Amino acid sequence: MKTIISSTGNDIKSQFDLRFGRAGWFCLLDEETGKTRFIKNAHQDEPHGAGTRASETVIELGATKIISGDFGPKAKELLDKFNIQMVIIPDDSHTIADIIHKIK
Amino acid sequence: MPRRKRMRKVVAPPGFKGYRPYGNRVRRKKQVDLLYEEYEAIKLTDYDLMNHQEASELMGVSRATFARVYESARRKIASALVETREIRSVFGNAWLDKSWYVCNACHSRFTIPATLIHQTCPICKSKQTNLISDT
Repeated sequence: MKTIISSTGNDIKSQFDLRFGRAGWFCLLDEETGKTRFIKNAHQDEPHGAGTRASETVIELGATKIISGDFGPKAKELLDKFNIQMVIIPDDSHTIADIIHKIK
Repeated sequence: MPRRKRMRKVVAPPGFKGYRPYGNRVRRKKQVDLLYEEYEAIKLTDYDLMNHQEASELMGVSRATFARVYESARRKIASALVETREIRSVFGNAWLDKSWYVCNACHSRFTIPATLIHQTCPICKSKQTNLISDT
């Protein structure tokens, strides 16, 4: 199972990002091995369609679960279609490491 | 071109098509169109007793926009009552959201795609989860 966590930076000590489409980085976590990989969000500053682009990135990476602060209507529609589970944590006081620790 | 209207998130649509006054002699007047988001605004503030800030976050709009939607809803209902008009529920600028679950232990919200069978919280593995529209 692969999980994406939206992140503001590129290491596990960085803060969790409440935005999905406009998150700075995506943390790809492999739940079996516990390994993480950080992918830069190339469409962070797109004037529109950032959520759709981010969803496409996630689908290409083969993730089955996404943890973020909120999902826009377009991203949600697309992710629903691909059976990807969306998880909302409404609180941005966590770091990526905290969240990885929580879901284990 | 005016700025586009942000879609308002509505958790559950109203369970009625409309309300009609009875016992009045006057011939039928034009009905009042109550939008789904206006119904939701009334429900969140006056039934679920949320403040405007919480309610606006839930509906995905700013607090000010929420206040405008809520005010328009109250005025529509008032004019329907005073002028004995029929109320009709109309879709409006809403997008319906039926698929979110909330975990009662850690307050995270999540969806359950068709490929998953178990209904446990993906964060804390708690089984205390509810559909948001049921709460």
